[in-house]
Amino acid sequence: MHQTFDAALEINLLHANQEGADHNRAHFDEWGITCLNIMSSPGAGKTVLIERTLAALRDRLRIAVIEGDMTTELDADRLRQYGVPVFAINTGRSCHLDSRMVAGGIHRFSEEQDPTQFDLVIVENVGNLVCPAEFEVGEHAKVALLSVTEGEDKPLKYPVMFQEADCLLVTKMDLAPYLKIDLERIEANVRQMNPHCTILPISAQTGEGLEAWFDWVGTQRPGRSPAPATEAHSSVSAS
Amino acid sequence: MHETDMTKALILTVRDWWESQPEKRAIAKVHLTVGKFTCVEPASLQFAFEVQTRNTFLQAATLEIEEIPLVAFCHRCQQEYLPDIGIRYACPTCQSPMEDIRSGRELKIGRIEYGVE
Ligand SMILES: Nc1nc2c(ncn2[C@@H]2O[C@H](COP(=O)(O)OP(=O)(O)O)[C@@H](O)[C@H]2O)c(=O)[nH]1
Ligand SMILES: [Mg+2]
Ligand SMILES: [Zn+2]
Ligand SMILES: [Zn+2]
Ligand SMILES: [Zn+2]
Repeated sequence: MHQTFDAALEINLLHANQEGADHNRAHFDEWGITCLNIMSSPGAGKTVLIERTLAALRDRLRIAVIEGDMTTELDADRLRQYGVPVFAINTGRSCHLDSRMVAGGIHRFSEEQDPTQFDLVIVENVGNLVCPAEFEVGEHAKVALLSVTEGEDKPLKYPVMFQEADCLLVTKMDLAPYLKIDLERIEANVRQMNPHCTILPISAQTGEGLEAWFDWVGTQRPGRSPAPATEAHSSVSAS
Repeated sequence: MHETDMTKALILTVRDWWESQPEKRAIAKVHLTVGKFTCVEPASLQFAFEVQTRNTFLQAATLEIEEIPLVAFCHRCQQEYLPDIGIRYACPTCQSPMEDIRSGRELKIGRIEYGVE
């Protein structure tokens, strides 16, 4: 005899990832660290932005970087020149960081450093406009980059990323005059789905807009969540 | 291919449930709801599921995907509308931004069917 049964799960597909993200965020909150998740398509300028940010803020804030967008080890070395700890994540062939990968970086960080002495952790996500937006890693804010070379319609085509962003940096503004890019149209497209996002046009090349970006970073704060449960800890660090 | 990772997440979640069950029964079908305002492409997910469940506790399982349209609610007009994904998201009547998404963000495992010999 063969019977079938039903179980109503009603559970989010990303449930496991979400639990890992909450675990990571609880660590950051416990340590008083703000975590920013930096996302964009490949080549929009994430690494260069992080370099400029480290150069400008390292005297004011203690910063660590979790690097998930490595083309080579050279990227991590470039960032280490600024005297900050950089934890490179081997993403394999994954097209985004998930909370488990980032937990690996965070646990290494807390073994090698005293995390309570830090203020900011910058996560550079895998270059991809699609799914990094769906996989929270434990950040307090999401930062999306869109370079002027990508065109005004990108936010309409990849809406989830732009809808989730707390801050949008329109990068490579120094190239705007050559491309006849319409900044207002980019903004209007983003505003269609995200009226509250902070939008800042910047150029890592000329320095345009970077002060506004540093100010925005300064306004971000960790939350207060309960300390991570021991049980959750072992399940995340086990793999 | 991000569907590979989505499928990994799906399998992890189902496995967590399965391992919490007192009896390990064969899973016959997993029902999934996928909103149109997500990064998931149902056909690719279907394919990834087939490949990744081979020789696992889910090898006998099929995946049933129900797609959910993107529905937004405009508070100024007090009415629902269907944004045109890839083209426009603002309210077609008053141009207010899409702020209140009523459906379309789902990525949910609804039911699991399992057999008993
Ligand atoms: N003209 C110009 N080029 C930039 C700017 N920011 C980054 N780039 C260039 O864009 C390329 C990709 O930058 P990178 O930071 O590696 O992008 P990522 O893949 O997002 O990390 C590099 O050749 C950078 O020099 C900018 O503000 N202006
Ligand atoms: Mg990079
Ligand atoms: Zn932990
Ligand atoms: Zn992905
Ligand atoms: Zn309206």
